[in-house]
Amino acid sequence: MTTNSSSNAGPSHKTVEAGVTTVIGLFGALVVYGSVKAGTGWGAEGPRAGFFPFYIGLFIVGSSLVNLWNLFREDEGNLFAEWIQLRQVLSVVIPTTIYVAAMPFIGLYVASFIFIAWFMRWLGKYNWPTVLAVSIGMPLVTYFLFERYFLVPLPKGPIENLIGL
Amino acid sequence: MEEILNLFQGFAVALQPFNIMVMILGIVLGVVIGVLPGLGGANGVAILLPLTFSMPPTSAIIMLSCIYWGALFGGAITSVLFNIPGEPWSVATTFDGYPMAQQGKAGEALTAAFTSSFVGAFFAVVMITLVAPLVASLALKFGPAEKFAVYFLAFCSFVGLSKEPPFKTIAAMMIGFALAAVGLDSVTGSLRLTFGFTELLNGFDFLIAVIGLFGIGEILLTMEEGLAFRGGKAKINLSVVIQTWKELPRYWMTSLRSCIIGCWMGITPAGATPASFMSYGIAKRMSRNGKNFGKGEIEGVIAPETAAHAAGTAALLPMLSLGVPGSPTAAVLLGGLLIWGLQPGPMLFVEQKDFVWGLIASMYLGNLVGLIVVLTCVPVFAAILRIPFSIIAPLILVLCAIGAYSVHNSTFDVAMMLVFGVIGYGLKKTGYPLAPLVLAIVLGDKAEEAFRQSLLGSQGSLGIFFSNGLVSTIMILGLIALFWSVIQEGYSRLRTRAATA
Repeated sequence: MTTNSSSNAGPSHKTVEAGVTTVIGLFGALVVYGSVKAGTGWGAEGPRAGFFPFYIGLFIVGSSLVNLWNLFREDEGNLFAEWIQLRQVLSVVIPTTIYVAAMPFIGLYVASFIFIAWFMRWLGKYNWPTVLAVSIGMPLVTYFLFERYFLVPLPKGPIENLIGL
Repeated sequence: MEEILNLFQGFAVALQPFNIMVMILGIVLGVVIGVLPGLGGANGVAILLPLTFSMPPTSAIIMLSCIYWGALFGGAITSVLFNIPGEPWSVATTFDGYPMAQQGKAGEALTAAFTSSFVGAFFAVVMITLVAPLVASLALKFGPAEKFAVYFLAFCSFVGLSKEPPFKTIAAMMIGFALAAVGLDSVTGSLRLTFGFTELLNGFDFLIAVIGLFGIGEILLTMEEGLAFRGGKAKINLSVVIQTWKELPRYWMTSLRSCIIGCWMGITPAGATPASFMSYGIAKRMSRNGKNFGKGEIEGVIAPETAAHAAGTAALLPMLSLGVPGSPTAAVLLGGLLIWGLQPGPMLFVEQKDFVWGLIASMYLGNLVGLIVVLTCVPVFAAILRIPFSIIAPLILVLCAIGAYSVHNSTFDVAMMLVFGVIGYGLKKTGYPLAPLVLAIVLGDKAEEAFRQSLLGSQGSLGIFFSNGLVSTIMILGLIALFWSVIQEGYSRLRTRAATA
């Protein structure tokens, strides 16, 4: 971890934290708005649906303002992360997103096989035999453990149906 | 006396062969979960929860709670051998455990850590055995106002006792409450905060949140550090164990103090992590060898491990007797109870005696089994850590996805899990605590219901929360906990002023 490196090595912690705090504050405002729509007053059966979340939303907005205020009194501090670290994080987030998006269509087993194989081959640089052993082995173990032994059905797609799982 | 009888009946339940089998399975899975980065007690239990749907509830809770004990034990292994805390509560164990390992005393450090864990847990279980039935019988008299006061106390302790800035804790907690409020309102039956998305009708399931926030979020944090891994070797033989055990009674005072700190921090939902730090800090100040702390002092391993395990175990006391979990993992266990059709809280002690006492008996046995398993199998578990992260990471991600899917058989949940994962990464990096968020999602609906019922009884006056001795006491305790750091600061300022005057 480098602490005082040049500013183009990554976003500063302060900037990111200000962003996160603002998003939380906006979320709070959204909650307040939604609660008002649901009704915050008293109805025939007592407090209405929006009564409780309305105050929750106000708390979120209020504490975010305090957090922002505290943040601006702080000095320019450390880096949030270096760009290269954020790239590492994205190199997991993006394939995982594709994996999750593909799951309803091609089934969990095939998606997991492709995902594990991709991960090990491109990020881990393993040779193909190892890659195939793990990426085929894991879905197989999963199938027997979940589907057969504990009777928990998992999503399947055309290929799984073709094999007749 | 009745408790002892119940406990023996509990042992009869826990000692059934099938239950012993799931106990050992749970411990082993738990240690593996504790050793692996990105899998912790809370999300490990959450992922494996669907596996227990087809089991009888008592066996299911024995397995899940044993996963929890296993995870508590497992965290120590990575801390001592690799200087990587497998769990947040074992961070303090690295301070002295890793230096000991570097001096070639890994065996001593591990034995001390495991034994202290066992002592802490045992102390906490004895306390649960004695105190939980009393608390439960008191709680049977609770009306909605008292119930809300207990929730109030729980959440105030979070704000007052945690190390994070109080307003960040409040923000995180309130996000949890807001997420819990989404969907169908259980009192009026009307929709709220769904903004027209039918997927949100049933609100957010906290199991999905736990798997995302703790599982995916943790993987992303680990990815930042790159795929590098550090190797290490560990061996424990019997002579080292016995030698260390001979040495341990000398530190009984540290142990006892850590047990009490742990139990206190576990019951108030501050949790195992602050308990371990606090216990380490106090041991450092009180010990004659205090200046050697951080250089490989065995006492510096005993203190945090005892407290962490005592806190982790004690967290089940409010979960069982009040229905208020003391830690995220206890919250997941509570979610399990609901899924199996059991209502957590005081009625459990009346209606489900076999279940409650079977669980309590399994805590005694589970920790004993755990101690034996970890002492004998350290090299195996250490070998797991030598599997490179680029193999472990995709496997854990797939496991998280399976766990998230099988909660409701919904692929939308898997997508939500990923969203929670990215949120968890962002919040953790910016210093927002995740535990209060999760607990608020779990308890949100109940807290709200208690709040609204109380107000209904009083025609909207907040005076109901101070209307009798019991409820006022709990509320005032809550307020004290809320302003604890302010009170402490004021007190020390007063003292310095008195000293200078």
